[in-house]
Amino acid sequence: MNPDVPLLALEDVEVRYRVTSGWFGGADVYAVNGVSLSVAEGETLGIVGESGCGKSTLGQAIVGLTPITAGSIQLKGTDRAQSNAHIQIIFQDPQSSLDPRLPVWRLITEPLHIRGGYTRAQLIERATELAVSVGLRPEQIDRYAHEFSGGQRQRIAIARALAVEPELLVLDEPTSALDVSVQAQIVNLLLKLQTERKLSYALISHDVSLVRHVADRVTVMYLGQIVEAGPTQDVLDRPQHPYTRTLLDAVPSFERPLTTTAPRAGELPSNRKLPTGCYFRERCSSATAGCERPQLLKAVDGARTVRCHIVTGALQPAG
Amino acid sequence: MSAAQGDILLDIDDLSLEFRTFRGPVKALNGISLNVRAGEIVGVVGESGCGKSVTMMAATRLLPKGGAHITGGAVRLFGSDPMKLSERELQHVRGRQVSTIFQEPMNALNPTRRIGEQVIEVIRRHQRLSSAAARQKAIGLLRDMLISEPERIMQAYPFELSGGMRQRVLIAMAFSCEPKLIIADEPTTALDVTVQALILSLIRQKAVSTGTAVVFISHDMAVVSQLCDRLYVLYAGRVAESGATAAVLAAPAHPYTRALIRCLPGLAAPKRPLEQIPGTLPDMLNPPAGCLFRARCREADERCIEVPPLSPIDPARRAACWRRIEEAEAA
Repeated sequence: MNPDVPLLALEDVEVRYRVTSGWFGGADVYAVNGVSLSVAEGETLGIVGESGCGKSTLGQAIVGLTPITAGSIQLKGTDRAQSNAHIQIIFQDPQSSLDPRLPVWRLITEPLHIRGGYTRAQLIERATELAVSVGLRPEQIDRYAHEFSGGQRQRIAIARALAVEPELLVLDEPTSALDVSVQAQIVNLLLKLQTERKLSYALISHDVSLVRHVADRVTVMYLGQIVEAGPTQDVLDRPQHPYTRTLLDAVPSFERPLTTTAPRAGELPSNRKLPTGCYFRERCSSATAGCERPQLLKAVDGARTVRCHIVTGALQPAG
Repeated sequence: MSAAQGDILLDIDDLSLEFRTFRGPVKALNGISLNVRAGEIVGVVGESGCGKSVTMMAATRLLPKGGAHITGGAVRLFGSDPMKLSERELQHVRGRQVSTIFQEPMNALNPTRRIGEQVIEVIRRHQRLSSAAARQKAIGLLRDMLISEPERIMQAYPFELSGGMRQRVLIAMAFSCEPKLIIADEPTTALDVTVQALILSLIRQKAVSTGTAVVFISHDMAVVSQLCDRLYVLYAGRVAESGATAAVLAAPAHPYTRALIRCLPGLAAPKRPLEQIPGTLPDMLNPPAGCLFRARCREADERCIEVPPLSPIDPARRAACWRRIEEAEAA
């Protein structure tokens, strides 16, 4: 495989969909607005942002659960639909992603069952292997999902994802529904599986400290756009985009007292009517002339890109 | 009449409580002792099932009748036993002396009525105010919550507001009758971090300016460390450790508190395995004898077969751990 071709490459991906809402007719939701990113083999890309920033929609678009309306998604240089590389997704709530009527061995091997050509004995053998690799006991595969705790259910979901030997896992808030002590177990399992199987991860999370711990690079999203991206330590220790700074200041921390100055204007604008110019302008305390124009994502130093003309000095010509 | 600074508003002493289920009684609380003084912000932390919400719901008698049974200990809320109050007295206590903010604001608001009507209703139920005066008060309270156009928000229905905005309305309602104690049960867990930061600072500012005591229930150690003067760490329906927030976080005494802080991803070197707490919570249908953390504890030995009492181990702190108690006695 050509080392210059990333495992996953997104180019200007756009996801829009129409919602119909009762009496008021339809509205377009601008969920993802021109996202380009890549994930290399064995790498973890963290995607952070608040609810409504489009991070989950982006994850679903990557695995093909949501159609994209523009742009391209390539795996190893070929269009995702034609590629033979495998991607799987892990959801936040293992309760609702596991069929309550199937025993664990069937749950785990469901992807193989769909692919076909396996005997029952082969499926059970494979399920046992996978269950052990995620830290379950072999005899547990005859039980049903409801007999397991949240952490164990997430292990089942991970085992199922591994059944087709994927190269990339999209992890959509994989530990958000779990207690902290269990969260640590799942994080450790994901780190171990990554080394053992050379997996790549796209880790979608609102939890900055989780992303700091696991990701090599991080992408910060706001209203369906990337506002800042770069190496994890770099971005999280020295954020440059005003939104990244606001977000990181708000993360509760042992080392810092509560912010006493309330963040300006507070909340995310609606993704049904995109703001003009910089999307963050209304909430930004550094907003100035030039912010009313669309902002470009520009490289600032080495591997870092920022979408803010105050930082990059780059402004799209007016008109 | 306002309580003098330092008066005990809520005193829970060795409270045990069980839920009767068809599989047998689930022992949710196993001797919890906890108190809240006027004007302080107290954190109650722990993982799911540790009894943090149940303790506070028992104290305000919000648990369903018939399901929960108190099997030991006592609660004094403003000097009286909430279990012995009449419905009428209870209404008075809940409105004027204690109010509660829950995690999911949508469930706490009536979806068919405008925000303004609901805030005014709460005010007029407990205070003798004309509707015009109550309206003015409501607008002032919403403005305190940094809601920029309170008149417009008063006209809105709950579904028209964001989660953060609804929670601000509920905090305004909780403070509207000038209670001496507010119980906030995971009020920011369903919200984004930037909204959470705003809500936390609003709760703190309002509590400090009105002298209201706050019990802040949370699973998030970092949030509690930023907001609370004092905290209780709960495990399996008992207090594992309590004390001044700074002291507990700087040098957690109980092995459970230590593990809980160390397993957070923020503190470890990137990509290194995080500290795990082995095992799971004990079965609360048949809790084991002795310290309930024993089976998961690295420091456990034969003494732990006896229940360790919550004992002072230094001036700022108490812990329920034999090892710490002995170390404190030796020192």
